Amino acid sequence: MRLLPELGLVCLESIHMSEHNLLSIKSLSVSFGGLKALTNVDLDLNQNEVVGLIGPNGAGKTTFFNALSGLVDVSSGTLEINGKSHKWPKPYELIDLGIARTLQGVGLFPELTVLENVMIGANKTAKSGLIASALGLSGSDELRLKQRSMIALERVYTASLADEKAGSLPYPVTKRIAIARALVSEPRILLLDEPAGGLGAQDIEWMNSLIQNLASQCSVILVEHHMDVVMSVCDRLYVLNFGEVIASGDVESVRRDPAVVEAYLGVSH
Amino acid sequence: MINLRDKGAEVWENQGRAGRVAIAVGGIAIAASLPFMGGTILNTPIADYESVLVYPIAMFVLMAIGLNIVIGKSGLLDLGYVAFFAIGAYTMGLLGTKTGLNTWEILPIGIAMAMFSGIILGVPALKLRGDYLAIVTLGFGEIVRIVALNLGALGRSEGIQGIPTPPGIFGIEYAFDSHRIYYWTLLILILFAIWMVRRLSVRRAGRAWESIRQDEDAAELLGVPTFKYKVWAFVLGASVGGAAGVIYASKTLFIAPDNFTLQISILILACVVFGGMGNIWGVILGAVILGYLPDRIRFLSEARLLVFGLVLVIMMNLRPDGLLPRKKREKALIKKGSS
Repeated sequence: MRLLPELGLVCLESIHMSEHNLLSIKSLSVSFGGLKALTNVDLDLNQNEVVGLIGPNGAGKTTFFNALSGLVDVSSGTLEINGKSHKWPKPYELIDLGIARTLQGVGLFPELTVLENVMIGANKTAKSGLIASALGLSGSDELRLKQRSMIALERVYTASLADEKAGSLPYPVTKRIAIARALVSEPRILLLDEPAGGLGAQDIEWMNSLIQNLASQCSVILVEHHMDVVMSVCDRLYVLNFGEVIASGDVESVRRDPAVVEAYLGVSH
Repeated sequence: MINLRDKGAEVWENQGRAGRVAIAVGGIAIAASLPFMGGTILNTPIADYESVLVYPIAMFVLMAIGLNIVIGKSGLLDLGYVAFFAIGAYTMGLLGTKTGLNTWEILPIGIAMAMFSGIILGVPALKLRGDYLAIVTLGFGEIVRIVALNLGALGRSEGIQGIPTPPGIFGIEYAFDSHRIYYWTLLILILFAIWMVRRLSVRRAGRAWESIRQDEDAAELLGVPTFKYKVWAFVLGASVGGAAGVIYASKTLFIAPDNFTLQISILILACVVFGGMGNIWGVILGAVILGYLPDRIRFLSEARLLVFGLVLVIMMNLRPDGLLPRKKREKALIKKGSS
């Protein structure tokens, strides 16, 4: 597999700093009118860590992602990235903070080719502006974007599909491309929203190993319903129920936590 | 029904460099020789054929290319496009009669004025989406016309008269009745607009617009500054409209608010939709047909608008995506250096 030299550097660097705290969210609250979707959620993410965010339907997992990516307004809470405090980003600022996100479902642009989809994800790294493009001066920039995008596609084994229209591809493949599109911006933090949702057993296994693999490159927050995926790839778990964190810690302790068992299965009295 | 668009693309892609140059030169030559076809079946009875070529046909083509950046490329429904045409025309009218500037000096000023008004309209309006944006732009188109109707300096309903024709360049004289000269001038502007739009649409800006059109939220999450690109689309669209306006005023010598009604906005929109939103060749074909048809069938007098409407309805039923719809299947944009 070919990787950009700069990607290689990121990996080496990150191994040395593996316990480094990358993202720290304190008492995040989001409410929609009177409904409290998230209440005082704390979450920490270390370098090269895969953190799972689980909970029953409607627990606030996607709302958490939406809050972090600026799609919903945050009522209160603080955000620290790499030890520096940041304002809650607007959606288009997310990439600049080193955060990339995949969308539940897929969110590819169906009428663009696979390559073009990924090139949009690489937008941030382009240098030339609109005027230069209009006058046809951005050729080398385009070529560079294209090469980066091809590398990202190779990472998920879809480079051969680069010229296909995204809308014409089978669902499991589009899931992979969505991840390539997120990876191409070389994020430090990757937010994966149900990457295994709707996939068959074989594709789930593949996704499983990809996520494990990704952790050498960046940190991951994973929202997922497939518990076997969650249990095998995550270093730590946060469990949400009714917008509150009811348990957190390593996979084993969370699995045994009575509050988690109750939230998922109900409890017999 | 065969897909003419894909057929055309196939022919183009299978050509070498020489073949492509030949096609382009041939196409331009045919377009440039249209004024000499007056004696053929193309002739428009009653209306002066060469004058029809200038307005509406060439003027519609230019404006449709501009509007296509806004509607076809970025999916922003603009119902007030005539405003930019009017701003270009009134800039020409005002500066042409009040100052000693000539058409060629006013052309960049008119374009700049249209672009500036594009920003003024775009910055507040582009926070809205879909139908709401359409309503605001519709209002803007009317505001510009009504301001022209009420402002003394713009001649109210009388408009501006005695606008000078362009001075001759390269030994070519612009007399107000030498239509073919104006037609060729517009043809040059059209070619420039095509070149600009084609450049943009295969590059980053084109992808950004395309992503905004298909899923604005996803585009924003991927770091596309959607607002900036939407304003740019508006401003570029406006610049083409402004250029058309300057030439229009310099050709007709007389402009009045009645030349810039909502009907023009709708007609240009019809050209874009009829020809095939998003595909520049479709849009050009649509504008040629919709500009030409009413004058070709002028002998039907009163009934011609009925026939015109009927053609629109039938075509929209047979080809809802337009005559030459946008690409059905795209190939990689840059072939060289693929790994």
